[in-house]
Amino acid sequence: MKKQEQNGFSRRGFLKTASLVSGGMLIGFNFFTSCDSDTPLEAVDLNSLNFNEFNAYIQISNEGKVKIFSPNPEIGQGVKTSMPMLIAEELDVPWEDVLVVQGKWDTDHFQNQYAGGSEGIKKAWEPLRQTGATAKQMLINAAAARWSVDASECHVENGIIIHTSGKKIGYGEVAVEAANLEIPEGLSLKEPKDFKIIGQEIGNVDIDAIITGKPLFGLDYKEEGMVYAHVLRPPAFGQTLVDYEDSETRKTTGVLDVISFGDKIAIIAENNWAAMKGKKALSTNWDSTNATESTDFHNAKLYAQLNGPLTEANGYTTMRSDGDVIQAFVDADKVVKRIYSTPFKPHNCMEPMNFFADVTEEKVRLVGPIQTPTWTANRVAELLDRDIQEIDLRMTRMGGGFGRRLYGDFALEAAEISNRIGKPVQVVFSREDDMTAGTYRPAVKYQIEASIKNNKLTGYQLREAGITDNMYSLIPNFFPQGSFENYKVDVANYQSNITVGAWRAPVTNFHAVAEQSFFDELAKELDVDPVKLRKELITNAKSSPSEERLYEPDRLIGVIDLVVEKSNFGNPAPGRFQGFASYFCHNTHVAEVAEIEMENGFPMVKKVYCAIDCGIVVNPLGAQNQVRGGIIDGIGAAMYGELKFVDGKPQSRNFHNYRMIRMMETPEIEIHFVDSNVAPTGLGEPALPPVGAAVNNAIYAATGKRLTSIPFIQHFV
Amino acid sequence: MASYSISVNGKAHTVTADADTPLLWVLRDHLNYVGTKYGCGIGQCGACTVHIDGNATRSCSINVAELGEKSVVTIEGLAPNGDHPVQKAWKEVDVPQCGYCQAGQIMTAASFLEKNPSPSTSEIRQAMHGNICRCGAYNGIEKAVKLAAKSQ
Repeated sequence: MKKQEQNGFSRRGFLKTASLVSGGMLIGFNFFTSCDSDTPLEAVDLNSLNFNEFNAYIQISNEGKVKIFSPNPEIGQGVKTSMPMLIAEELDVPWEDVLVVQGKWDTDHFQNQYAGGSEGIKKAWEPLRQTGATAKQMLINAAAARWSVDASECHVENGIIIHTSGKKIGYGEVAVEAANLEIPEGLSLKEPKDFKIIGQEIGNVDIDAIITGKPLFGLDYKEEGMVYAHVLRPPAFGQTLVDYEDSETRKTTGVLDVISFGDKIAIIAENNWAAMKGKKALSTNWDSTNATESTDFHNAKLYAQLNGPLTEANGYTTMRSDGDVIQAFVDADKVVKRIYSTPFKPHNCMEPMNFFADVTEEKVRLVGPIQTPTWTANRVAELLDRDIQEIDLRMTRMGGGFGRRLYGDFALEAAEISNRIGKPVQVVFSREDDMTAGTYRPAVKYQIEASIKNNKLTGYQLREAGITDNMYSLIPNFFPQGSFENYKVDVANYQSNITVGAWRAPVTNFHAVAEQSFFDELAKELDVDPVKLRKELITNAKSSPSEERLYEPDRLIGVIDLVVEKSNFGNPAPGRFQGFASYFCHNTHVAEVAEIEMENGFPMVKKVYCAIDCGIVVNPLGAQNQVRGGIIDGIGAAMYGELKFVDGKPQSRNFHNYRMIRMMETPEIEIHFVDSNVAPTGLGEPALPPVGAAVNNAIYAATGKRLTSIPFIQHFV
Repeated sequence: MASYSISVNGKAHTVTADADTPLLWVLRDHLNYVGTKYGCGIGQCGACTVHIDGNATRSCSINVAELGEKSVVTIEGLAPNGDHPVQKAWKEVDVPQCGYCQAGQIMTAASFLEKNPSPSTSEIRQAMHGNICRCGAYNGIEKAVKLAAKSQ
């Protein structure tokens, strides 16, 4: 404390701004510098320490404890644990001395604050380690200056700076000086062999709060004077509001107000139950002129596109074309053709959509679960015609995201309602609202064709017909691009009034099921081993002239060999049937083998083997959770989930008529990560897409049935 | 609206609410026990599971008037220091991903193990089948229930 006064710093602390080459990072130091050099680090409750609030990554207490702000939103993908691990590794502090807190939404100080695309760790890998390394070097430089020695004579062990002479000093003591120093640049980072934290099994940083029921999630957020809003939205897509009668609603105990905005009606109430009851009591008239779309209608539209010519007039865009597929098909002995279909799927995050907003003349406060804080804050600013500087957004932990929380529609509703009623409000979706007012995984059909000449594959053509949306431009450069001389991908869509969007592993979550089921069928057709066929095609890609191929053939073959070995593929136990699939997406290579048994005529997945190459595994515990979760989610999506529409109205409303995978359908899962020193890639999504195909191929092995539409369970009822 | 005396986690509370108010919303909105989660409101997902007189019960499916003299235990009251064997096992295994459904999972598991302290794998899977986890943490849940059974 004395030192602070001598140096003229306020006790409130000091914010050190550092512009790093890696991209505008900040390091904030909080420095209470009272501890003596050799004061042992005591076990203390980190939450009880005095850290100042800065919008940056690192704060250090006088005890030498470190607070690390995790910049990205946490949806269960584990970044709140794994991102701070990257900083702590290079900072060289013991994990036990780290307190992790959720960073604020702050575009001045943080980058890439979103959750999506399995990109968090990949994008943070260099910058966050640089952040830790920079802080460490500045602390060393400060100690060296105090001791009048060369910084190169100092090293750090567990947050203690040690000089070759044996002198020691804790981080907490030199933070003031450190904050005044030049920002070092061009620092080298640790070699993987020197990692102390990366690669360790680190438990979820929020575990204690989760298992004791502490308020963490958006729905747990409360403040004085807050009211609740439940919104009645058009029951069918395409409907518009004609009028409504709210006298019964207004008589409901606890209902405070009823307002309409656009085609929606908000019931404002003292509590959720009052709002729910008030909503039921509303009478409404809807105009259904444009609420015409049913599942049969969608199927007819998509089949018409697949059966029609590959022309612009029929809505097609060519995504990639190599060689001459048409000629290859003309020359072929045989063309194998199959159409694969997925229905719409809701996200069904366990925490229904919700958001808090408090719009005042001074500012707009937003609190809640959101995967895209920056986009959402900007949209709220635009909606309310406010300066972005007036928007304050705080991210809560999310009860799942899976893509649904990319779309801040619920935050915009909250902002609009708060603006209208002049009160802080939390918009809460009931489960029925959540399932029927979604941004669904769109229904899609793939028509895949392959030509065979002299028992060799000569051409491959994929057409995608989707509702409203199509595959993103990277996908045509995944496998099997480069494997076929003649290769073509074309896409078309039907513009629907049903809202669609990203759903965990967007597009690939079904593209993989279709493609990898098709390759199994081709192997059968050619009478070759399905694994051998994949490996030959992947090997072809190595000599392809195209530089646009996105996957690495050797890494894909690596996971294939690994899973084949671990699963003893081809030699299942009696009563078991195996299916294989491999896939690359979100920068990660995966191969999976599913084993099923038939129980009373139904396929039950008993075991899944997964070999996965995501480069360095930052947190094996979290990584295993992500891969397991992806596999189970993928099985659930392939086996059970289906959302149908009649006249624009979703036919599933709650879990009684939308089937989710549950415990008794959960297989044993065995995961093998490839040992690697390559920079890490994402894990939230890549394990999901291939598993549906592995299951489908196992079902074929068991039953001889080649299933071409999900959910598979429909074929067994 | 009527006044109800209810016991939650050993404490007596007086709540003024409509008779049809589900216990879930009484806990969350009136008494601020937000550890009990809203998932579906129709008893299908298990996120709102609490103990009523020791039995795992969906708090969305019983209303405040029906509760009577029965005592309620929520995740906040399962163990004074969050050290119930099931909670400890959950931490040891690092079960949660997003974590939202976990209070319901833990309350279901704790009540189940109370009645069946040495369950078979198949009994565990049946007992936990009613609780949905969208993150797919089921393998961890199964493992943690086994671990808790062993440590009890």
